[in-house]
Amino acid sequence: MAVAGITFENVTKRYGAVVALDQFNLTVAPGEFMTFLGPSGSGKTTALNILAGFAGITEGNVRIGDRSVVNLPPEKRNVGMVFQSYSLFPHLTVFENVAFPLRLRGERGATLETKVRGALEMVHLAEFGKRMPNELSGGQRQRVAFARAVVFEPPVLLMDEPLGALDLKLREQMQLEIKRYHQQLGCTIIFVTHDQGEALTLSDRVAVMRDGKIAQVDTAQDIYDRPSTRYVAEFIGRTNLFEIEQGQGNGWSIAALGTQMAALDDHGAAGRTLSVRPEKIRQIGQGDADTTISFDARVTDVVFQGDHVQYQAVTSGGAPLTFQEHRGHGARLQQAGDALRLGFDVADAVPVQNQ
Amino acid sequence: MKRLSLIWLLLPAALLLAAFIVMPTFDLIRASIFDPEFTLKHFQRLVERGVYVDVMWRTVRVSLIVAVICTIVGYPVAMFINLQPKKRQVALLFLILIPMWMSVLIRTFAWIVVLGREGLINDLMIGLGLADGPVQMLYTSGTVITAMVQIMLPIQIITCYSAMTEIDLDLMRAARVLGARRWQALTRVYLPLSYDGTLTGLVIVFMMSMGFFITPALLGGRQDMMIANLIEFQVQHLNWSFAAAIGIVLLVLTVAMILLLRWTGRFAFRRLLNVGR
Repeated sequence: MAVAGITFENVTKRYGAVVALDQFNLTVAPGEFMTFLGPSGSGKTTALNILAGFAGITEGNVRIGDRSVVNLPPEKRNVGMVFQSYSLFPHLTVFENVAFPLRLRGERGATLETKVRGALEMVHLAEFGKRMPNELSGGQRQRVAFARAVVFEPPVLLMDEPLGALDLKLREQMQLEIKRYHQQLGCTIIFVTHDQGEALTLSDRVAVMRDGKIAQVDTAQDIYDRPSTRYVAEFIGRTNLFEIEQGQGNGWSIAALGTQMAALDDHGAAGRTLSVRPEKIRQIGQGDADTTISFDARVTDVVFQGDHVQYQAVTSGGAPLTFQEHRGHGARLQQAGDALRLGFDVADAVPVQNQ
Repeated sequence: MKRLSLIWLLLPAALLLAAFIVMPTFDLIRASIFDPEFTLKHFQRLVERGVYVDVMWRTVRVSLIVAVICTIVGYPVAMFINLQPKKRQVALLFLILIPMWMSVLIRTFAWIVVLGREGLINDLMIGLGLADGPVQMLYTSGTVITAMVQIMLPIQIITCYSAMTEIDLDLMRAARVLGARRWQALTRVYLPLSYDGTLTGLVIVFMMSMGFFITPALLGGRQDMMIANLIEFQVQHLNWSFAAAIGIVLLVLTVAMILLLRWTGRFAFRRLLNVGR
């Protein structure tokens, strides 16, 4: 199968006075699984609709492979698409739904039959060809929609919040399946979601979007571990944000914790905040390394979550923070009111831009 | 238990039907075959006389033509409305419904004003020098059909439209991105999904046209007489039994044609689904 990359070059899309995409730049490598993650109104769906050909652009250029698709109608783009509501044709059987794109491409007879069967087998619905869409469960419809989107082996597959309508368990199962399909098919996938868990699980890279722009594009791990802005740090997972100021010499002082640390880079503290994930903060004893920042705190709230416990605490400086403990062997539950010595490794603190 | 108590909800309707539809229908059947002894002579007369057969076929033909024109004209209008923003849809539907506030009689008279010898169109054509004298438009078959279409069109538009509102327009996008051109998305998705409603509209228009009386009476000539006009004529001449027989035939003919239309419709639908296979 031919695989194509995708390029957005300075794409701006305006709806009247509203700017849906603002000087949007992004290159997606052939075969990459790229997720557009953001709240509603961030432009992720607009970007997808532009790729599918449902929306034009005001400025810039969009390429699939080497070809500019700006003036191509949807049917000429040869991209597969899975819709949030599945959009199966209710008047056609499962088989005919999957055959739909093939018939439009002039496939007939045995070839068509083989391809449709293959696609239905891939999604474990080989026996369901004669059913009508309304006789299927949500998960099954989802799979038919997927089979229909990939049966003609498009080089690019677009998925618009495809798991949004499924319950949690099914969603997790489908995530694994989508990952498997991606490995099997090798096509480039653009996946739109507002669910950060989904984004982290599935993607090679995640583009976090905000107000029609990309806030950060990176691997899932880097997005989580190395957020570049306050917005990204808060949008993905939970985090503690501590204000920092330029201290003595090259150091930064953290007022909330009543402590100092060596500067992590040369950019200075101005306009930046320190982000520390709750699971990076732990109780510390005497023997901890000198790369640890430590401070006193008092537990105010205990949220029991089975495999881990989430604590709300207040530092001696009065700043609220959240930390998390895994309930490994012999771990003792803290009580509200307990005074603790907490800390985190310097390496786990990330200075982020105040945006 | 529950079902038993729910059935009482239908009681008023059942009483109404029994008193004003079922009983009179049986009375009509009785009147058509007892005169005063049992006889089939009225039906025989109806079938044997060419004039009457002509009237029956004309009624079926005119009704079919009206239903088909209403469908061809109404379907695109309904589609147009359905593809507008929601607010505009409401306004457009309102415009479509306005003519239905007026009785058929008034709308038919309006056509006389428009098409008469000294009507609007003739005045205009003579004034512009397009015609030397008044053109005969009233009392022709074309006028009857035109007026009937005008009267029935809103019904077909509304029926089509309500079927179309059920269509998820994302399906059209899905079709496009899967490789369908505009017209292919139309013929393979939109048309099949609005087919049932359109066929229902066609049948309703046909059914109502079969019983049209005022419009052919006022706008048509002798050659445009339809079954309802024939019944009226016979009643005027106090041929009650013959009129009853014609009424029965009208009923049977209408039901038979509806069945035929639905059957043909379903057959055509399967052909439509096979387009491109």
